[in-house]
Amino acid sequence: MHNENVALTVNGRRHALDLDPRVTLLDALRENLGMTGTKKGCDQGQCGACTVIVNGQRINSCLTLAVMHAGDEITTIEGLEEDGNLHPMQAAFVRHDGLQCGYCTPGQICSAVALLAEHKAGWPSYATADVATAPVLTDGEIAERMSGNVCRCSAYSNIVSAIRDVAEGGRI
Amino acid sequence: MKPFRYERAGSLASACASATEPTAKFIAGGTNLLDLMKLQIETPTHLVDIGPLPLAEIEESAEGGLRIGARVTNSALAADMRVRRRYPVLSQAILAGASAQLRNKATTGGNLLQRTRCSYFYDTTKPCNKRMPGSGCAALGGLNRMNAVIGVSSDCIAAHGSDMAVAMAALDARVETVAADGVTRTIPIDALYRPPGNTPHIETVLAPGELIQSVVLPPPPPGQQLYRKVRDRASFAFALVSVAVVVTREDDRVRAARVAFGGISYKPWRSAEAEAALIGATVTRASFDAAGRAALRDARGYGYNDFKIPLARRTLRAALADATGVI
Repeated sequence: MHNENVALTVNGRRHALDLDPRVTLLDALRENLGMTGTKKGCDQGQCGACTVIVNGQRINSCLTLAVMHAGDEITTIEGLEEDGNLHPMQAAFVRHDGLQCGYCTPGQICSAVALLAEHKAGWPSYATADVATAPVLTDGEIAERMSGNVCRCSAYSNIVSAIRDVAEGGRI
Repeated sequence: MKPFRYERAGSLASACASATEPTAKFIAGGTNLLDLMKLQIETPTHLVDIGPLPLAEIEESAEGGLRIGARVTNSALAADMRVRRRYPVLSQAILAGASAQLRNKATTGGNLLQRTRCSYFYDTTKPCNKRMPGSGCAALGGLNRMNAVIGVSSDCIAAHGSDMAVAMAALDARVETVAADGVTRTIPIDALYRPPGNTPHIETVLAPGELIQSVVLPPPPPGQQLYRKVRDRASFAFALVSVAVVVTREDDRVRAARVAFGGISYKPWRSAEAEAALIGATVTRASFDAAGRAALRDARGYGYNDFKIPLARRTLRAALADATGVI
């Protein structure tokens, strides 16, 4: 058993790491790179607090090994802002009060950003009546597509409002 | 997590050769395997990452169906327009499972080979013949609400958790594998899984080092396709019972029908009995009930999961009613 060299590209910056292969992507981000925006909740893929965006797709960073992500483009909550300005989804969560304690929020926001990309690509969901059609992003669609992110404070209705606001391209 | 050696697969042949050691495992999405490794239920000493291999394409097959690479993610498969138009039951089933994050990582091959979510398989303080052969089955007299009611044994009543596989069973999917010696074979999905009998720790017919390369869907069968899932939450929960149907109605009769259940057995449970009962039957709720009774004739409950037997019958009736337009 020995360590593996792996270069992780996080928010556009490349980091060369020497890792025990058991280290999850979540632990590499938090413990090795000191990027604690990504949260550890259940550590078993059920809560969504650890959601990050890898090559444009949201995943649970707790259920994947860091060594499996050499060459991938990893985006975390720290990488969403641009030139010191909040990402529109971050701003919408603030505006709509889409949180209470805030622990699940980085995962919620990363998940919501990727959700809009999936919807834009025409992906159906379980809430889509006819999977052969490109669905309209109703509140029911948003709720279904966000079911991998649990909020123990139950800020769900405001989270849905924030996402709908960004999806519609403006402020409410 | 126990220490292991990590290997990126250089080629199909080298991956299969590496994984012939009894304590080696392939890893693709890892969403189930890593969860089990953290709990030390899975303790491979060697992980062969098949991420560098191809196997991530969906292609038209010569016979007019689709060949799905083993590494195609659940998301990509459910979103593929050919699947959505020609095999909607498969898109529906995949989208009924897990969460968006998990579907983005989980793969076609890995989904088929996921382990059971029986709570006693996960609880390392309790006996489980699947986790520790010979230790007993705590689910038999335990809280077995999520467990199987048909096809299982007195040594193990674990249910298979896949939604995707239920649709694939209804679509007569075939699994294509390659072994370390380069020999390939094609296994009907129904024959991939071994009944638990007194060896519930052996779950499939795959040999060590044998890798699923692809899943082949035959040309889409005629008829209306539909997946219906019943679960404790509206989203992101395993099925109590689910059913995939493909049914053709001609006037007031059923001309052809395929029925597969999820959540009730060690594998996606294709029911020849229900299908036989449906062929030529009138398109009525009474006929659909009769098909459900035929399907569940050999079922038995273990206490907390007794409800699954009537629930499976009713879920089938509802799915068939939806698919045939019966009010």
